[in-house]
Amino acid sequence: MTTSTVLAAAGSVSGGEAVTFWILAPLALLGGIGMVAARNAVHSALWLVLTMLCLGVFYVLQAGPFIGMVQIIVYTGAIMMLFLFVLMLVGRDSTDSLIETLRGQRVAALVLGVGFAGLVGTGVFQALEKTTAVGLEQVNAEGNVQGIARLLFTKYVFAFELTSALLITAAVGAMVLAHIERRKQDKIDQPSTMRARFAPGNYPGPKPGPGVFATSSSVATPARLPDGRLTDRSTPAILPQRELTAEETSLKGTNN
Amino acid sequence: MSLLLAQDPTLADFGQDPWWLVLGKIVFAFAFGLLATLLGVWFERRVVGYMQVRPGPNQVGPFGLLQTLADGLKMAFKEDILPKAADKVVYFFAPTISVICAVTALSVVPFGPMVSIFGHHTPLQVTDVPVAVLLLLACSSMGVYGIVLGGWASGSTYPLLGGLRSSAQMISYEVAMGLSIVAVFMTAGTMSTSGIVAKQAHGTELSIFGQTIPAPGWYAILLLPSFVIFFIATVGETNRAPFDLPEAESELVAGFMTEYSSLKFALFMLSEYVAMVTMSAVTTTLFLGGWRAPWPITLWEGANSGWWPMLWFFGKVIALVFVFVWLRGTLPRLRYDQFMRLGWKVLLPINLVWILVLSGLRSIEDWDSRGKLIAVGIPAGILLIATILWPSRRPKTKPTTQEQVDNRPYGSFPLPPMDLQVPPSPRITRVVAEREPANIVAGSDSREV
Repeated sequence: MTTSTVLAAAGSVSGGEAVTFWILAPLALLGGIGMVAARNAVHSALWLVLTMLCLGVFYVLQAGPFIGMVQIIVYTGAIMMLFLFVLMLVGRDSTDSLIETLRGQRVAALVLGVGFAGLVGTGVFQALEKTTAVGLEQVNAEGNVQGIARLLFTKYVFAFELTSALLITAAVGAMVLAHIERRKQDKIDQPSTMRARFAPGNYPGPKPGPGVFATSSSVATPARLPDGRLTDRSTPAILPQRELTAEETSLKGTNN
Repeated sequence: MSLLLAQDPTLADFGQDPWWLVLGKIVFAFAFGLLATLLGVWFERRVVGYMQVRPGPNQVGPFGLLQTLADGLKMAFKEDILPKAADKVVYFFAPTISVICAVTALSVVPFGPMVSIFGHHTPLQVTDVPVAVLLLLACSSMGVYGIVLGGWASGSTYPLLGGLRSSAQMISYEVAMGLSIVAVFMTAGTMSTSGIVAKQAHGTELSIFGQTIPAPGWYAILLLPSFVIFFIATVGETNRAPFDLPEAESELVAGFMTEYSSLKFALFMLSEYVAMVTMSAVTTTLFLGGWRAPWPITLWEGANSGWWPMLWFFGKVIALVFVFVWLRGTLPRLRYDQFMRLGWKVLLPINLVWILVLSGLRSIEDWDSRGKLIAVGIPAGILLIATILWPSRRPKTKPTTQEQVDNRPYGSFPLPPMDLQVPPSPRITRVVAEREPANIVAGSDSREV
């Protein structure tokens, strides 16, 4: 008798299973409620992680160790981690506002949600109350993993492959939408940058600073070259060049 | 031989222990994790010290063995700083998540075979389940939460960047890690750790062209590509150098643990070292034969029975921890994009191709030798022909300095040649006489200045 069959013998609930269930089920519910009630998006995600972990343990209890572990690895480990990744990029201060955009929306959602849960719960309970589970021993006869693999790669191989094709299509679609085409000639490497810098028509040195003189402190004032000419390169292109009057451009003597 | 085989625990041997034995095993695994941290930090500092030609810690206790203990005690009495912008609950829980996940993984590591403890015949392993290796993967993927949440909850920039980096890093390397375990599953036919150790006991009999050759049992030899990729992914997964980008000192101060101090910081340190030891133990279990003795020791009959295998197990783990330290002492840290490229564009494709080849080889195992020859020979031949006929890119001949000068358009500024070499010092005797002058063009370009 292996561990998994000890945990969930068909039809009867063992003591350990019951104890684990009654500890984890309130936690799972708490996680669900916390996810909706939390103001902070990251806290919401963490409550959901709690619920998913509890679900994973439930699967293990129900003699499905493989699906339980996959639940933890894939959903909790990868998908929720991606969620967190996005939420953290959004920023930690982004909390929900308390203002209701639709009047009475929260109360209505609460009533409908509780009503729906009640309906589903009672329905499932009524339907399954007198039913005894059968066939668990048979499907897990050669091991849980082997049983799943046998079904997945024989009977359900087509559905399985279709699902993976769907997922890959979605992933490729997202990549195509997010991809920005960059042609090869748009990428300039270091040697060609240097060649362009020293090519004729381009001045390789740094640009001169703006001409901030005693008469003017504006960055729009062009600087002077050694031969006395003004240079356009010293002023930013978006600024209008300031016209200097004849008085401003004339040299200021000291002794007259 | 039958006596030796009886030492191998099977899944049916688990779940039979009395409660005190289970408790004892759990305490042992936990204490192993803590002790491994205490000694591991000392070991790492001593080994890195030796590699860098300095003594390392040698003051506290014999050979400085108690240095980590002293540091830990001191750390406990430091002020516990809680940043103003921190998310208090998450900030508190993040280090605990890390430690819990790192320690839990030790519960399915087999330390040894069946032994007798106070009359109970029991395996030296806390527990084993049919999906034990998946449990290890789950633990390592949950361990990311500690780092990511610690980075986020600190409420400042560097920790957040460290947390984001680490989540991307761990998810990427988990893929490579999971794929390399697939090869082990395929060969062993089981996911339970004790089962995988048992399967590595005896080499499978390979029959090639009518001759039976006993292959070695260790999956590290049998599945060498998987082993190499798994170990690289392990280094990435445990945030160890050269993949310690989440805590890159030169870029992010201390990454996700910048704001942590006192015992919370100690917990992060603890989880890092426990994870390193756990991953070494897992690598030992999956690829290095677990607690089984290597060849020269197996000449002694009782090598794989009783309590001795624990010694071989610890020896292998220490050897792997040494490799971790060795890598840290040798390799510089990778840049982030190089690291991601290695994970997604190198490790992953190699792994996929290797699994394809392996499953192909396994599916032709039952064929007759002629069919095998055809099945292996045709793809190998195609590969060989493709390799020979693949157009090789001829490197362009470098233009000489004079050609470079001549090719410059009129009006260019004078510039040194692209392959300018630093002229030798005039003080040393010149050996090479006919060296081309570097600035041959200085005179001819004077018209452009």
